[in-house]
Amino acid sequence: MLRQAWAVFQKDIRMEFRGKEALNAAVAFALVVLILFSFAIDPTSEELREMSGGLLWILFAFSGVLLLNRSFSREQANDTLDVLMSLRVRPSALLLGKAWANLIFILLVEAICLPVFGVLYNIDITGQPGWLLLTLLLATWAIAVVGTVFAAMTVNLRLRELMLPVIVYPMIIPALAGAIRLTNLALTGAPPAGDDWIWVRLLIGFDIIFTALALGLIDFILVD
Amino acid sequence: MTLLSAQKVGKFFGSFPALRALSFTVERGQCVALLGRNGAGKTTLLRILGGLSRPTDGGLQSQARISILGHGIGVYDELSARQNLDFFAALSPVAINTAAWLEKVNLTQVADAPLREYSRGMRQRLALARTFMGEPELLLLDEPFTSLDDKATALLQTLLGEALQRGAAVVLSTHQIPEAMTLATHVLFLERGKLAFAGPRPAEMLQDPGWLYRNYGAVA
Repeated sequence: MLRQAWAVFQKDIRMEFRGKEALNAAVAFALVVLILFSFAIDPTSEELREMSGGLLWILFAFSGVLLLNRSFSREQANDTLDVLMSLRVRPSALLLGKAWANLIFILLVEAICLPVFGVLYNIDITGQPGWLLLTLLLATWAIAVVGTVFAAMTVNLRLRELMLPVIVYPMIIPALAGAIRLTNLALTGAPPAGDDWIWVRLLIGFDIIFTALALGLIDFILVD
Repeated sequence: MTLLSAQKVGKFFGSFPALRALSFTVERGQCVALLGRNGAGKTTLLRILGGLSRPTDGGLQSQARISILGHGIGVYDELSARQNLDFFAALSPVAINTAAWLEKVNLTQVADAPLREYSRGMRQRLALARTFMGEPELLLLDEPFTSLDDKATALLQTLLGEALQRGAAVVLSTHQIPEAMTLATHVLFLERGKLAFAGPRPAEMLQDPGWLYRNYGAVA
């Protein structure tokens, strides 16, 4: 299964980097929102520091969905999904490969946005780099795996661009809540302590449960 | 040797019966022409045989390595011909020499150009390479002759002949009966989701492509 997932991952990465259509759109969207908000919010205010996690994760979730929408729709143009299924590629391998690729795409958007955010909002993003990185990885995987499975579910809908965010956002609220809290902590430079660990555990638990659910359900989603 | 066995396969879309209690087998070396009017259930049956759709009733037994050529060409426009074949080869359980296949379909010179720069004929030849490489045991082809240019038609006929010679089985749905009858050893004729005829290709079909429709085409 992992061999097939790796092949799908490489293929999706190659396809996106050849055109960069979804990636460019997601980065452009994220940067425009960051710049617009920088006019609306006083960059020296203390409130900004407290809401920076929320701003960032809303931004990552919204721009992430732009990337997730392409995940299975790129298999539709020439009926390649049918070919993959007839070759007995395991649906779970397909999901895993695509989720890995989406993880990389969303992390790339985050890697571009974070320094811009730091400069525009006058916030040091290097205070707790380890914790910030861990939060980014755990929460981005949550968005990627939930988003990929729902992208498979909505791929045949005419309004899939609209339906995907409507379905995905409510599902990832617990992961986003944890990510916002931990990102706020990381940006203030303080390591998690005491009750903060519950958010780390929540993110890890969310990732494990939703990865298992996605791998278990994808077979029923892809074969009609 | 039986490659595929269908027992009372049925498929409902809501309350509409697309396929009703189809039972048949496909043996090694057979070329089965799947005939029927539009809406008879040919594509639905091919999707079930290919594992793309689950039957509502009955069951299928097959351990054969399957390759499918549907209405879409089944390759990625954003990748080159070489990248496409390498990707599908990586998913195959058998080792595949993709360079030899590029040579065989005469795409070696343009193997690294993205597909969107290809002509329609070149894309069709790549689709044929993708379908036939890896020596699949069962080939499922949905109207394969439709809109092929003359080179691709000749290539398809050659590849089909080679596949049958090495013992693969082919199930092809088509409305182009004269082309299909030159290859077909057996015929499955669907009429409104029911199997109206299943058996060796009637000799009459060679001279009279409409023979089956006239004699078996009115299943209640």
